[in-house]
Amino acid sequence: MTEPARKWIGAAVPRMEDAALLTGNARFIDDLEPVAGIRHAAILRASHPHARIRRIDLEKARAHPGVIGVVAAAEVTALIGPIPSAVRAAMAYYPIAVDKVRYVGEPVAVVVAIDRYVAEDALELIEVDYEPLSAVVDPEAAAGADAALLHEAHKSNLAQSRTFHYGDPDGAFAAADAVFKAHCRYPRYSSTPMETYGLVAHFERAPDRYTVWSNFQGPFILHALMCGSLKIQGNRLRLITAPHSGGSFGIKQALYPYIVLMAAVSRLVGAPVKWIEDRLEHLMGSSAAADRAGSVEGAFTRDGILTGLRFHNLVNVGAYVRAPEPASVYRMHASSNGCYKVRNIFIQNDLVVTNKCPVGLNRGYGGPQFYFALERLMEIAARGLGLDIVEIRRRNMLEKSQFPYISPGGSHYDSGDYLAGLDETLRLADYEALKRRRDEARAAGRLYGIGIAAGIEPSGSNMAYVTLAQTVEERAKAGAKSGALGVATISIDPSGAVTVRTASTPAGQGHQTVAAQVVADALGLRPQDITVVSEIDTLTSAWSLASGNYANRFASIVITAISQAAERVADKLKAIAADELEVAPEDVELADGTARVVGVPEKAMPVRRVATSTHWNPAGLPQGIAPGIYESVVMSPEMLGSPDEEDRVASSVTYGYVCDLVAIDIDPATGRVTVDKYVSVHDVGNELNPLIVAGQVHGGFAHGIGGAMLEELVYDADGNFQSGTFADYLCPTAPELPKLTVGRVRTPSPTNPLGSKGMGDGSSMLTPAALANAVADAVGSDEVELPLTLNRVWDIAHGRRHERAGAPRARIGAGPQAAAKPGGLVGEGTVELAAPPAQVWALLLDPKTLASIVPGCERLDLVGPDRFVAAVTIGVAAIKGSYQAEIAIADKREPASMRMIGKAAGALGHGAGEGRVRLEPTATGGTRLSYSYSANVGGKVAAVGQRMLGTVARVLIAQFFKGLERRIEPEATAEKRSMWRRLFGGGDA
Amino acid sequence: MIRVKPDERVRVSLVVNGRWLFGHAEPRMLLSDFLRHELKLFGTHVGCEHGVCGACTVEIDGRATRSCLRYAVQCDGATIRTVEGLAVGDTLTPLQAAFNRHHALQCGFCTAGILMSTTAFLAENPKPTEAEVRDMLSGHICRCTGYEQIVSAIMDVAHGGG
Repeated sequence: MTEPARKWIGAAVPRMEDAALLTGNARFIDDLEPVAGIRHAAILRASHPHARIRRIDLEKARAHPGVIGVVAAAEVTALIGPIPSAVRAAMAYYPIAVDKVRYVGEPVAVVVAIDRYVAEDALELIEVDYEPLSAVVDPEAAAGADAALLHEAHKSNLAQSRTFHYGDPDGAFAAADAVFKAHCRYPRYSSTPMETYGLVAHFERAPDRYTVWSNFQGPFILHALMCGSLKIQGNRLRLITAPHSGGSFGIKQALYPYIVLMAAVSRLVGAPVKWIEDRLEHLMGSSAAADRAGSVEGAFTRDGILTGLRFHNLVNVGAYVRAPEPASVYRMHASSNGCYKVRNIFIQNDLVVTNKCPVGLNRGYGGPQFYFALERLMEIAARGLGLDIVEIRRRNMLEKSQFPYISPGGSHYDSGDYLAGLDETLRLADYEALKRRRDEARAAGRLYGIGIAAGIEPSGSNMAYVTLAQTVEERAKAGAKSGALGVATISIDPSGAVTVRTASTPAGQGHQTVAAQVVADALGLRPQDITVVSEIDTLTSAWSLASGNYANRFASIVITAISQAAERVADKLKAIAADELEVAPEDVELADGTARVVGVPEKAMPVRRVATSTHWNPAGLPQGIAPGIYESVVMSPEMLGSPDEEDRVASSVTYGYVCDLVAIDIDPATGRVTVDKYVSVHDVGNELNPLIVAGQVHGGFAHGIGGAMLEELVYDADGNFQSGTFADYLCPTAPELPKLTVGRVRTPSPTNPLGSKGMGDGSSMLTPAALANAVADAVGSDEVELPLTLNRVWDIAHGRRHERAGAPRARIGAGPQAAAKPGGLVGEGTVELAAPPAQVWALLLDPKTLASIVPGCERLDLVGPDRFVAAVTIGVAAIKGSYQAEIAIADKREPASMRMIGKAAGALGHGAGEGRVRLEPTATGGTRLSYSYSANVGGKVAAVGQRMLGTVARVLIAQFFKGLERRIEPEATAEKRSMWRRLFGGGDA
Repeated sequence: MIRVKPDERVRVSLVVNGRWLFGHAEPRMLLSDFLRHELKLFGTHVGCEHGVCGACTVEIDGRATRSCLRYAVQCDGATIRTVEGLAVGDTLTPLQAAFNRHHALQCGFCTAGILMSTTAFLAENPKPTEAEVRDMLSGHICRCTGYEQIVSAIMDVAHGGG
């Protein structure tokens, strides 16, 4: 058989998807009205990180005009069961809070109304009586004995712990010349696609069935879990994806609990329901990459040969082990040697639950955390051994002759030339020149550093790797799992037009264009002649568990299915043409829209005519050729077996390679990191479309830069969420991205006919580690944590310990007043008052005075000895709300000092804090009042108003003392006022 | 300017992409929601609803403006251009064509806003430097591209060459 000429594969074909997107013609989920009678849902979400729900009152919301229905856990759980998990732990997960809320943003109730505005109005009418519980957000603290317990039935926040041995790690460490250790903390961030989650759920009766249109990205293995929770068989949950999805990066995997929730809600309220997540909901309640703590140790010879690794991964999965977690820590597991030769590896994976949102897929899935550990270790070891950071890699990288290579964990590395990639990186970076620049910069007193990170980019995930979370016995009991099915269908209709269906649910990766290129070459057509349908309809598409868009699976698996289907169609066309042209099928080639005899181009017929004959004249087809053209391929790469008894598994199909080198300069005055040079060399096998490859590299790099420099989903130590807007959660914009020099090496993958490898994740995995290495080199410290914000880098550069929000730590200061947990508000100040301490003291404890001077106070009552309750209205920027406050006075030493303990709660948020007030007489008979306060604020006001809270607190305090001054000096103040009026004729100054 | 009570729905008339259109809005309805759900112009996308991401940018009376930071009733009588108003028939504007050529969009969700800002920007500054282009783009968040090809596309349109 002749190899089809490759005219389109590998060409920089501009995308076919673009015209609709550029003209406003493309339709995303919120643009669809797929069924008549749609109502609109809004979700009431937990404002507390951890609280028992004593009571929910839905009646006022139900009575609100325009409301169709309101449901909470009681109604929903009457219909659905918990969502199954791969981890056996008594931590039932429902898509709505049952009895307790365990993270800020957890759904508590759903309102369905005639429009979203009315639905949100009604949310404010739902009354939830919470009993707040103490919370834990730090993974190390969560594992501690005295940590707040999230799931009482499980009796521990440690959801699971598993250990793994590959080779002889203990022997390697015993024989090592040197052992180095990197402590690794990795922050929580998310790729935050520009389009948030969205769906339309529609329940129909007899047979009872749910149809849900959404921007879910798969994996469709989750379809089975959704059906399990909804207690229905697969054909009663029809999932249809929107024709366009506004970015995903893994994040839209975690839409699935909302599919279950809104399917149930549609049934309960009796109407099709549309829910479009808003940005605050997305940032606090969708999903994220798991934050991690832990360490990695490396055993080295004195020559720098890495002989053993010990990983301790402490994974913060958030409040529930939401499937497919704990897959994030197993994605890289079978490749824990990275791109190195080391064969003795110990791994301990501990999963802890905390009062943060559950985690899930995010670009690089497990890779950024893994490489941050391994590649930090390599540079720490290089420095410890006195080796160049390049040399230590050169001595340990796998060599070209070793491929194909089976890693200690069972990965089948398909192809690679890692040293060539390293050399290309050095060439593009001009490494020797960069080192000279570093010397010069340092001689001039500047902070300049160089870092490297290199690794493999696994693509096309074996669905079975997540079962490594189970023991060998558990796996045996559950039944073997393996594989990653790729599915593609190619048909030619009676007009001769070709349609490809991929079930690959892209979100901007250009699958339609690349699929058309591949099929065009196979059938001798042009890409623009081919229509590609990439969305899924689970009732009408060919699909399977692995369908969807994740783990770089398109160019590693889906493309194989498309190629094989195209080949079948080509074979059929050739057989028919050969009969007509009176030659053997192997003498026919498909090119330039014709089926023609090889070497005799004038002996040809249009491909279209060959194809249409299968519909219009089946009787005229050669013997053995079936009518019509409709070829579906369902395949699974053969090496993707089940995990074996030694916990080894071939977890991916292709293994790309990325080598990054970065040189940076730090401004010690500001902590600003400026990238002087950034080189990233990639091996993606054969490139199917260089335009798209370049787009993926630059896009992945931007995610890496964001994770390294800017992005963090911040919680305070009480679990209050603090980054609920794009002004708080900082994504990189165009000026923040440094110039990237991209290089290539090419080792075609033997696993598919095109030689391509999956790609797209690589830079997002390696960039954070490379930048951390460069900063560590610049400041000469290994205490480097991400993100490398100005504050943090400044602290590191000045040898100060950076205070991490949400970290456990001892209380600040000596007094009990300084109880603010990290990430909270603190402040202090002094005012001079004209009255003596005794008078000030009396005023401060007088309810009438307080009522008149507390800003926004509507009512204030003494309810017991030294106990007040108040109703106040406070605005934080545009967020104005009413709060009920309780204040208690303690440690009174009249008239010298007192402590005030307060808490407040309202629909928009809540807070708790303490203040200490000290009164001292002044020489002029007045009082010097000094105060200090600390408070933690939660709820919406904390999530979206974080930037303003400190300022607002200072303004309110200033107003309070201004009021106090007026009470003390009514005469003087009145005089000043009247003078002001006389002079300017206006109101109050 | 029209006067409206808080829960009153009023008629809002405006010129959109050269046509007089009207719809009804309560005072609190955002222009972005009005364009999408009242006028059914779904090309304008909503990414954050707090004025940071820039996805919802449209031209109001010739100025690039975030439609999530305007109320529909404020725009009664205004002249608005949305992404649907750029191409003429099947002919893309040079900017749109350059976005296609340079692969300056992936998911395309932020693209409408970027096209609207850039169109207004190039009208005022037809020969910008790369730094000026990046500064203009800093009002937009794109999570797919890393901006590199967007900058190339804009520089290509501004400085010719293909």
